[in-house]
Amino acid sequence: MLELKGVTKIFNAGTVNENVVLRDINLEVDEGDFISIIGSNGAGKSTLLNVIAGVYAVDKGTILLDGRDITRMPEHERARFIGRVFQDPMKGTAPSMTIEENLAIAYCRSSRRTLKWGLNNKLREEFRQKLAETGLGLENRLNYKVKLLSGGQRQALTLIIATMVKPKLLLLDEHTAALDPSTARQINNLTEEIVLQKGITTLMITHNMEHAIKMGNRLIMMDKGQIVLDIKGSDKASLTVNELVDMFEEAAHRKFDEDRVMLRVSNG
Amino acid sequence: MFGLMVTSLEQGLVFGIMALGVYITFKVLDFPDLTVDGSFPLGAAVASIIIFNNGNPLLALFFATVAGITAGCITGLLNTRAKITGLLSSILTMTALYSINLRIMGRANVTLLNSRTIFTYLEEWGVPHSWVFLALFTIAAFLIKSLLDCFLKTQIGFALRATGDNPEMARANGINTDTMKILGLSLSNGLVALSGALVAQYQGFADIGMGIGTIVAGLASVIIGEMMLGERSIGVATFASLMGSFIYRLSIGIALRLGFAATDLKLLTTILVIIALSTPKIRNLLRSTTSSAVSNGN
Repeated sequence: MLELKGVTKIFNAGTVNENVVLRDINLEVDEGDFISIIGSNGAGKSTLLNVIAGVYAVDKGTILLDGRDITRMPEHERARFIGRVFQDPMKGTAPSMTIEENLAIAYCRSSRRTLKWGLNNKLREEFRQKLAETGLGLENRLNYKVKLLSGGQRQALTLIIATMVKPKLLLLDEHTAALDPSTARQINNLTEEIVLQKGITTLMITHNMEHAIKMGNRLIMMDKGQIVLDIKGSDKASLTVNELVDMFEEAAHRKFDEDRVMLRVSNG
Repeated sequence: MFGLMVTSLEQGLVFGIMALGVYITFKVLDFPDLTVDGSFPLGAAVASIIIFNNGNPLLALFFATVAGITAGCITGLLNTRAKITGLLSSILTMTALYSINLRIMGRANVTLLNSRTIFTYLEEWGVPHSWVFLALFTIAAFLIKSLLDCFLKTQIGFALRATGDNPEMARANGINTDTMKILGLSLSNGLVALSGALVAQYQGFADIGMGIGTIVAGLASVIIGEMMLGERSIGVATFASLMGSFIYRLSIGIALRLGFAATDLKLLTTILVIIALSTPKIRNLLRSTTSSAVSNGN
């Protein structure tokens, strides 16, 4: 359902700082895939998601969603069918607006906005129920301004905002990286719950090898702007962290000494 | 004293319409918009030239508003299409408007003392002269305030607010932030121009220099209002802008009564704004030193 053909992205082309962040990427994502994306810093993971979302335009290549060429489509138009959760918990919500107002904005994500009231009692009830299902205690604080919430609460809210109207594609960019381990676990559980319940095709960037192996049906490893590993199904299910590290070294042809890609063993 | 209160109220409300415009760009859209120094006299110029030539005063107000909307639109286009930073875009429009306003008026000053203004129009309808200003301004200001409150609670209103609060989140939720910026700037400058058109008729003339300091007056009004009433809700915030405008005009009135010259006003206004901005910080400072004294004395 998502197809990337020959996608290349270069920053600062022609200058001394020229950086080919994505190099001739070819990727096919099937409907229902839950893909974990791992790789060292500068590998191009975030840029890949940003290019799919339309934050950056590609320099070469095409992007097709359900057969439709969206390569030149602006970011806010793609947002109609792409949901995103960012690494920074503060980025996904409007801080000086209330929880219910934020959800109301999410409600209109893929429809045309009009001069109808943004909120009404029927919507409020719907939001209250959705929030109650998450067990975060936010259902009684609909009129709280979002800036009063903690990072974990805001990230959970962002997740709901991104999936309230079912997106064709969900992009998660290290969305638990800025959270403490127990909150990260909560958000990961919530993520799996929502994705499985709604059957959303998902791309998730993570630095946590355990999460990458445990979650989803497919794993992609990127290095220096290219996809160096793509494992699916039973091959992925039987992977161990050590095997993955070996594969990484083999595919990248260099010694594995990146301190950013931490081996978090039995962290939950 | 009563006279001063009535005048301050009249001025507070008519300039309050301009303050509501500044509220939209400064607080909702988070866009530093200096266009208002140009769109305020633009409204005055368009309205006066129509009125001076015996046109319908209501039509004059309408075209003044449309002119303001156009000015806001231009600033918006400069920012979103030509990718010029917000502040500079607004300065460019403001500067261009100086020449445009002179062209519209044909001279630096247009007198309206012998023309049929909106007030003469209302007096023809039977409104007594001593109350016509207060009546019109009260109705206009509160009508506009109510419409603005309603607008900011619609789906598009939410989109506008999100654009100013977190543009990335807005785009990630399908909002065209460029369009929202242009919408906000147009609405804002439309109101500012309307205010200018009413002020020109109120004071009996339109003058090329009457726009200088509009942004300062607008910001002062919004900030004073926010300081006094907070931002609990949209309705409170817009009322606060009107109230801040009244307090601002009252302060100027008092200063003039105390014997300051009209030429001192710019300095006095600046001092007033500084006091308004510093008071919450001084208050917090006093609060924290007092509480630490209490805990130390324990």
